[in-house]
Amino acid sequence: MSKPDTLPPDAPRPRSWLWRAWDSDVAYSFRTSPVAIVAGLVAVIIIVMAALAPFIAPYNPYDPAQLNLMDGFTPPMEPNAFTGNVYWLGTDNQGRDVFSTILYGARISLFVGFSAVLFAMVLGITLGLIAGYRGGWVDSLLMRVADVQLSFPSILIALLIFGVARGFIPPAYRETMAIWVLIVAIGLSDWVQYARVVRGATMVEKGKEYVQAARVIGAHPVKILVRHILPNVMGPVLVIATIGLALAIIAEATLSFLGVGVPPTQPSLGTLIRIGQQYLFSGEWWILLFPSITLLALALAVNLLGDWLRDALNPRLR
Amino acid sequence: MAEPLLKVEGLTRYFDVSKPWLNRVIEREAKQWLTATADVSFEIARGETFALVGESGSGKSTIAKMIVGLLEPSAGRIVFDGQEMDFASGREMRALRKRFQMIFQDPFASLNPRWRVGDIIAEPIRTFGLMSGAEVGREVGRLLEVVGLGAADALKFPHEFSGGQRQRIAIARALSSKPEFIVCDEPTSALDVSVQAQILNLMRDLQDEFGLTYLLISHDLSVVRHMSNRIGVLYLGRLVEIADGRKLFSDPGHPYSRMLLDAVPDLTLSGRRRRQVEGEIPNPIDPPPGCAFHPRCPHAFDRCRAEIPQPKRRGTGEVACFAVEEGKI
Amino acid sequence: MPEPLLSVRDLVVEFPTRRGVLRAIDKVSFDIAEGEVLGMVGESGAGKSITGAAIIGLIEPPGRIAGGEIRLKGERIDSLSPETMRRVRGRRIGMVFQDPLTSLNPLYTVAQQLIETIRTHLDVSDKEARARAVALLDRVGIPAAARRIDDYPHHFSGGMRQRVVIALALCAEPELVIADEPTTALDVSVQAQIIDVLKEICAERGASVMLITHDMGVIAETADRVAVLYAGRLAEIGPVRDVIQAAEHPYTQGLMGSIPTLAQEHDRLVQIPGSMPRLNAIPPGCAFNPRCEQAFERCFRDRPEPLPRGGGRQVACWLYDRAGVAHG
Repeated sequence: MSKPDTLPPDAPRPRSWLWRAWDSDVAYSFRTSPVAIVAGLVAVIIIVMAALAPFIAPYNPYDPAQLNLMDGFTPPMEPNAFTGNVYWLGTDNQGRDVFSTILYGARISLFVGFSAVLFAMVLGITLGLIAGYRGGWVDSLLMRVADVQLSFPSILIALLIFGVARGFIPPAYRETMAIWVLIVAIGLSDWVQYARVVRGATMVEKGKEYVQAARVIGAHPVKILVRHILPNVMGPVLVIATIGLALAIIAEATLSFLGVGVPPTQPSLGTLIRIGQQYLFSGEWWILLFPSITLLALALAVNLLGDWLRDALNPRLR
Repeated sequence: MAEPLLKVEGLTRYFDVSKPWLNRVIEREAKQWLTATADVSFEIARGETFALVGESGSGKSTIAKMIVGLLEPSAGRIVFDGQEMDFASGREMRALRKRFQMIFQDPFASLNPRWRVGDIIAEPIRTFGLMSGAEVGREVGRLLEVVGLGAADALKFPHEFSGGQRQRIAIARALSSKPEFIVCDEPTSALDVSVQAQILNLMRDLQDEFGLTYLLISHDLSVVRHMSNRIGVLYLGRLVEIADGRKLFSDPGHPYSRMLLDAVPDLTLSGRRRRQVEGEIPNPIDPPPGCAFHPRCPHAFDRCRAEIPQPKRRGTGEVACFAVEEGKI
Repeated sequence: MPEPLLSVRDLVVEFPTRRGVLRAIDKVSFDIAEGEVLGMVGESGAGKSITGAAIIGLIEPPGRIAGGEIRLKGERIDSLSPETMRRVRGRRIGMVFQDPLTSLNPLYTVAQQLIETIRTHLDVSDKEARARAVALLDRVGIPAAARRIDDYPHHFSGGMRQRVVIALALCAEPELVIADEPTTALDVSVQAQIIDVLKEICAERGASVMLITHDMGVIAETADRVAVLYAGRLAEIGPVRDVIQAAEHPYTQGLMGSIPTLAQEHDRLVQIPGSMPRLNAIPPGCAFNPRCEQAFERCFRDRPEPLPRGGGRQVACWLYDRAGVAHG
């Protein structure tokens, strides 16, 4: 936030933001919380592996040329009866390596999760800031819309948006647009939380004297909102964003499991679980088990991080 | 008398304290209004310190907010240096805003915790485009030294300072746009006494150095007495008395002023037995009819219960009281 | 000399933080005699409220009493079990806090709260308890007490609520009342009423009062003796008239000079430079030495203990040490 021209010429350099971050109470609380460290580690490992999937994965499950249907249903660590190929975590019905598919699937799940959270956050923060700062009928209108939306389960809203959106998209684009539709659907079903929290915090902050001081000199409302209020309401937003990420990943998995998410040619974790559960009772347990464990570990780790962050940012519990 | 720097005429402000629309419709209730400030008029001469004293609900902060343009008056005029404040005109307000500033009560809330001190002080300079580039940094350093801090403090964050130092930073910010007039809303009530003395002394020094005019809002009579040339006493949104600083303390006119003076604890241990103060401030949503002070007033008579007294001249000041008007006290 | 009602000796209260242990109270000793009003003044962070909290056993964890002892009529109360301490609180020590709303439960009527407190601590019938409660409310100046006793706390105005809190603090006939900033949240014109009520009613019942406030004016009008705290240490203690009119500790002198008064006009207020050190940065020697104009070499080296000055006064300042006077 500091620009060099506010510093007097002879002043010593400020301590770097890196040092301040390391020294902060939140960083300290992270260093002393085993749960947070383990959860952070698990989340980082899954996220890094997913991000680097093309370099780590032994196969590209999205490349039909690499697939051999003869490899289908290979159990983990056992040679395939026909081809003799060995796969760490086995293969699915189409002969895709489960390990590679999980990496690529987690990539899609995480991409959808992050994008949906980002979308919900931007929308929710913007509307929350406006509602909280303006007040009056703008506030009433936005918050009643939010109330109505909250009275429906968010997965239902996502399904509805997904269905409506697909109706508007020409069939030729459905496959390629599916992932974006999914992001918008999950994001729209989730913005309310951000809006409510930000609105509440904004109403508190706008009454504080530093905001009044900016208003006395006639600072523009947008500037007040963005430069003064926004940085001070981000704490609680980060907490719900973290927990929201876990929920968004699960929502994506649920939609894909129900068959309305990403196309089966580019399976996400949810799609893999859907495929896997069809073969559970015929004995091919690994197709279901490994994607499920990955989803569980990811969602749990992110959720625990969110819980920790909430406690770390709450001065009362410190 | 020369043209006053600030002239306030008939300043009135209502607040809508009704329940939400839906509740009103269902419960069949009318809108409720709170009169925070009613028909307040006063003038402040250039270079003087005018104080407004009052207890909670007296409307003193509402008046301060209207004068600095944070709240729009429901009625009345505010004239600053001959120019009437027009809330509708952005350009005129902007020109006026450069000339006044405000110091707030709580130095822990008046500085944005996420900004460096340098940016906080530079905000008015940047908003009004007074300087640019390295000049801003030099000016911030100079202002910090003016208020008794060091130029290097510009890099720190507000939480690294004590309450008194933060109030100095707030004063530096108020000075940065080179204002002529500063509204000080309870500038020391959140501070400890030893620090309060530093801030009050600093405010006086700055007034002498820069020829500032102050409007001081306070509930603390001893601070007001120490700082002000003239004093306005507010009760439930109305000015009950305006008097010269010394005069108010040696010869208070309005019964409420007398009561307030009696209520101040005595540090000199003179053993004077204070008159017992009666009652409490009524609810401003539903104030008593006539003179709002009559239920607590030892001199109240029939007229006080029916009519609202208007300010009348008394010596160099004004008093709004029928008992004084009719020579009963 | 008779045994004091409350005796605090070398009290140390510490708050462990990740940057080290903070000493909020550092070896503070004082007595409160029976029927006496002891004022406790100091700036915010000086430790006056923590002293009060330590006496009633309400230090927020992770803070703890790390040394010294607190005796009520000779009996140690600083190491009692929470259950026993709970009975001492209320029965033997009453409390009045700054914000009346925190001391009253908004869900119960005033009558319910008063009667419950009386019956918890005293062996009386329900009817008797109610009669006592009404009499007490009447005494603290609540008009139509018999009718208003069945109202809820939010029906009362701020000043009336604080009266109810005083009644609640006194209803079990405690020996000591600890009042922590009882008037700070109230308007000036109401403050005086509350102080008068508190003072009179405690005097009537022979209860001692420990009055914690930052307002010297309130102390001057109310207290018999006053203790001045600075950075968790006792700077000066003595009869209120002596301390206010002829303060001996340079901090108290500065404090008294910095208060603007109605009586005289001065152009500039006496000001103490700087501000009280944070608890993690208390200098060696006397805690006041960076702000003291009379500080000399010894002040930066040794910490002064409270020195008896006659007439019940004690001052923790090397200026008054005989050895110091000899070569100073």
